[in-house]
Amino acid sequence: MALLDVRGLTVEFATRAGPFRAVEGVDVTVDAGETLAIVGESGSGKSVAMLAVMGLLPWNAKVTAERIEFDGRDLRALSPRERRALVGKDLAMIFQEPMSALNPCFTVGFQIAEALSAHGAARGAEARKRAVALLAEVGIPEPEARARAFPHQMSGGMCQRAMIAMAIALRPKLLIADEPTTALDVTVQAQILDLLKRLRAETGMALVLVTHDMGVVAETADRVVVQYAGRRAEGNAAAALFAAPRHPYTAALLDALPERATGERLAAIPGAVPGPSEPRLPCAFAPRCPRAQDVCRTQAPPRASTGGEGYVHCHFPLPAPAGERAA
Amino acid sequence: MTRALEASGLTRRVRAKRGAFGRTATVHALEDVSFALDAGRTLAVVGESGSGKSTLARIVALVDAPTEGALDIAGGRIDFADAAALRRRRAGVQMVFQNPYGSLNPRLTIARALAEPLDVAGVGDSASRRAAAADMMAKVGLSPEHAGRHPHMFSGGQRQRIAIARALMLRPKLLVLDEPVSALDVSIRAQILNLLADLRREFGLAYLFVSHDLSVVRHVADDVLVLYLGRIAEIGPREAIFGRPMHPYTRALLSATPRVEAADRARREPLRGEPPSPLDPPSGCAFHPRCPLATARCTAERPRLEEKRGRLVACHEA
Repeated sequence: MALLDVRGLTVEFATRAGPFRAVEGVDVTVDAGETLAIVGESGSGKSVAMLAVMGLLPWNAKVTAERIEFDGRDLRALSPRERRALVGKDLAMIFQEPMSALNPCFTVGFQIAEALSAHGAARGAEARKRAVALLAEVGIPEPEARARAFPHQMSGGMCQRAMIAMAIALRPKLLIADEPTTALDVTVQAQILDLLKRLRAETGMALVLVTHDMGVVAETADRVVVQYAGRRAEGNAAAALFAAPRHPYTAALLDALPERATGERLAAIPGAVPGPSEPRLPCAFAPRCPRAQDVCRTQAPPRASTGGEGYVHCHFPLPAPAGERAA
Repeated sequence: MTRALEASGLTRRVRAKRGAFGRTATVHALEDVSFALDAGRTLAVVGESGSGKSTLARIVALVDAPTEGALDIAGGRIDFADAAALRRRRAGVQMVFQNPYGSLNPRLTIARALAEPLDVAGVGDSASRRAAAADMMAKVGLSPEHAGRHPHMFSGGQRQRIAIARALMLRPKLLVLDEPVSALDVSIRAQILNLLADLRREFGLAYLFVSHDLSVVRHVADDVLVLYLGRIAEIGPREAIFGRPMHPYTRALLSATPRVEAADRARREPLRGEPPSPLDPPSGCAFHPRCPLATARCTAERPRLEEKRGRLVACHEA
């Protein structure tokens, strides 16, 4: 059974211009110990979907789903008290801007100890001692001194390590990382990604990595879900998806990467992601898609299996590579 | 080939206070940076935050003055002390910023935003300025009906097109691009990079391209300058820097960049620690506390920039 099992997730925001669907019919399943990457550009709803799972959306958001289960429990049926006991303990999240996610008024050590005491794992001097041990675990030098530092006294990379220390304090079963390295330098990014990989191997936690960086995905994820304008486009094992993308959007995204360029010009995708106020066609990618035909503008694309755990939502998916079609 | 830019010994030091009551200290933002850039070529500047990338960009864009060193743009020495002359020279160098949401005045229509540089420089009359704005909009792929709209009606990619059009209004020979595609989505990034390549050819521009994204740099640059803590670690042609990086810092940067193609993935040479503070840079080679090759000599003696295998590199061990 999957650790996190979300089916048909839809998130609608009540705005002055009327309801806006940020996420529409998205499925997310994560097994224990697995790394799932959710990839998409801005406006793809990747962060909103994860915030919905965490129950961190503002009041004007309406979350509906066929199923949102974590570790066999229905997250929609939880009382606020039960949810608070779960979130931060078995289900933890880290964010893109580590500097603004930490409270500037308290020391880093205090904030980590607070996570421990809030869930009754330790308190007082014992909690402070464990906070120092956690800072050491995420590779912060001189953890004793750093525990007494305020967030503004540390660099972005240090703050992100402190956030990770706080998130893993209670050995969560699932860690959701929302663009954890986007604000960091590449050298520090490599350190943070290695740290997440090591923690996953050591503690067996599952990891959901929300990102727009295909390179990060290729190097860390087991499985990938591609979203476009709030909807599923394609999902598959990472190696299969990079070797043979089946959705025209996935293929175009990969072709647009400078490292896949063949000449001076890059294979750009024309147009832009539809904004919140723009109407969306049944297939939201149709206006930018080289394979689109009339049916893409009138009917929602069907889901088709692409072998194994792969699937694609497209009327005209790219053909499978010749070797695999027979299988 | 005409030389668009020549920098020799550029240095910028800033006096800063450590905390509200602290002693003042000198920040070595940029130390002894020399390079040349020809028309029609792109020099990429790479490095971590705090490496002096933006300081260099601001000096070349004539926003800040160097503490020491000389800058020649389009064959003429820049006199940073002469404010009136400096203002005239600024027409020849323009800058495009990272965040297209912050770099356009929200109250100006696109047509007015594009005509404004001509107003400031006193070029032409209002009819010719409008015509020039319309002309430039077509060149960067904006349609004429966009002229009357305000910035909030555009997506990030379109705003970056507007910012580029605005930078080109005074027909500069040199563009300073400070992380021009970092804030853009992958699918839009490719459009803007293609546009920049087209414009470079059409106007014979030289680009100083500041970026932390090495896969973008590899695609756009002719030459690459690697900065570490305000000093040049390595500078040379793209093929030399990417094909056979010699400075251990360059190698670490390259190996830390995530790659989509498994075959391209270099073995990780992880860097320990983070860039040190430019308030008190380490002795000798500033990179030695993080360097896998460091020896006793590196802690005592700063390496000079020397020519090795077709590039300049500052390392005792390379």
